[in-house]
Amino acid sequence: MFPTPIHQKPIVNQYIYKIFLPISLIIWLIPIFGILMTSIRGLGDITAGNMWGTPSEFLLFSNLYDVFTNTPMIKYTLNSFKVTIPTMLGAVALSCMTGFALANYKFKTNLIIFFIFIAGNFVPFQILMIPVRDLTFKIGLYNTITGLVLFHVAFQTGFCTLFMRNFIKALPQELIEAARMDGASEFRIFWKIILPLTRPAIAALCVLIFTFIWNDYFWATVLIQGDHAMPITAGLKSLNGQWITAYHLLSTGSIVAAIPPVIMFFLMQKHFIAGLTLGATKG
Amino acid sequence: MELNNSKAKRITWWQKNQVKISPWIFLAPGLIFFSIYVIAPIFVSIGISFYQWDGLSPSIYVGLQNYIELLDDEYFYISLWNNLKWLIFFMLAVPIGLGLAIFLNQIVFGIRLIKSLFFFPFVISQVVIGLIFTWFYQPNYGVIAPFLNLIGLEGFSILANENTATYGIIFAGLYPQIAYCLILYLTGLNNINPEQIEAGRMDGAKGFHLFWNIVLPQLRHATFLAIVVTVIGALRSFDMVAIMTQGGPYGYSNVLAYYMFEQALSEYGYRMGYGSAIATVLFTIMMFYILFFIYRMYRNEREDNN
Repeated sequence: MFPTPIHQKPIVNQYIYKIFLPISLIIWLIPIFGILMTSIRGLGDITAGNMWGTPSEFLLFSNLYDVFTNTPMIKYTLNSFKVTIPTMLGAVALSCMTGFALANYKFKTNLIIFFIFIAGNFVPFQILMIPVRDLTFKIGLYNTITGLVLFHVAFQTGFCTLFMRNFIKALPQELIEAARMDGASEFRIFWKIILPLTRPAIAALCVLIFTFIWNDYFWATVLIQGDHAMPITAGLKSLNGQWITAYHLLSTGSIVAAIPPVIMFFLMQKHFIAGLTLGATKG
Repeated sequence: MELNNSKAKRITWWQKNQVKISPWIFLAPGLIFFSIYVIAPIFVSIGISFYQWDGLSPSIYVGLQNYIELLDDEYFYISLWNNLKWLIFFMLAVPIGLGLAIFLNQIVFGIRLIKSLFFFPFVISQVVIGLIFTWFYQPNYGVIAPFLNLIGLEGFSILANENTATYGIIFAGLYPQIAYCLILYLTGLNNINPEQIEAGRMDGAKGFHLFWNIVLPQLRHATFLAIVVTVIGALRSFDMVAIMTQGGPYGYSNVLAYYMFEQALSEYGYRMGYGSAIATVLFTIMMFYILFFIYRMYRNEREDNN
């Protein structure tokens, strides 16, 4: 193990480590404490510049009430779910198939297609912006949740294919060969053998895609204009313009926006990390 | 009789060619979708960059005019220069992430929770991070203000100053990026071969020597991924700029990604052709890294097959 486990070090070092650990954590999380503290304050504290002192009033619930009743925040949150969940399902479904095809069959253009998926996944969004916006206009889906979902599904298929293909490739090939010998059709192999085995990969992709799409801001601004379809990231930004110095409300809104991906992360941490490291995890 | 026969033939034909045709059936939906929304638009954008177009009226072919204009555009150079600053300073996320990973790679009480809390910023939207830091930087009631007052910079606004705005945004951007690198390195450290470390220790390797010669080479995969995602993050920087300064003051914190958006889709005008030219430049820069990544994957594939 690297570095040397702390319990093999002198007792003094152990104490120093145990003191430094929480201190470093607190420093690291200052920005998060900042919004948590601010979200319970009232306007009085903000204008008085009381950001870190004891709040003069505890107004978290009143702030939440304000945010939810005076702004379209509920609508934004619902929109985010309506964008995120179908994208997650769509991209995972498509990439199970593409990943299977690229991992399991030998044909001439296999690697080229695989590399096209990878390259597309890394491209800057700006090179896609104008044509994608134009296309979405033409098919009558500009300013709709469906339009946004369609693009997200297509784009995320790149990353998901990379992940799925590597995952399926690492599965024991004998299973597939044996099934083929028994006369199982290719679709049966996919449905009955591969899909059940890819469950951990599907879980990892679901958490990752959920977080990516929930936090997307760029495409939400490019493809959506009105409150009716706007997801929470773009919504927060537009509220930021209206509130200017109402930091207590902005913080409350930010917390609302952050909660779903944070919950997702804590529930599925292992899968999340496996996904980020392209499956290079052990236990 | 004949009908039966042809049916039997059809089945055998399908059975014979199943393995050849199946991959294309599995690939079709994903590949078609991806081609329409990702691959084709790249070429369309490059095409548009040779036209003058406001998105509504007919486009006019202008050849290289947009690119020639770029060469004379002061704001283009500022953005390009800022992208370079992003590339350089964003890279700090890699060593800092590694350092933190080494610091946290211990087994003590509560370490799992502590690690998760360190990952935290990565999970939160950049919009939220941008908002938090904008507020931190506020000259009068922000968090940095007391420290600035201490060194005699009363009322100094980091994001409103043309020399500091970009660094302010990059600093905010580092926060989630360090968390990302930390995740990659903790996984890497977890996968290190303990026997090699022990063998190194037996041979008297210690501290930095052990780290540099035995640990770091084994973290190659993590380092590679960390560099790739950091470079791409630096070149893609859009959200933070849009939230924190919108490229201001006077374009001094602009980056190519945001400048393109500003030219093509904001109140400053709908110059689709010019925007596409900027996007094409950004794409070309990015392509170097993408090709490098693919080349490495290709090498690994060949090694796997041999």
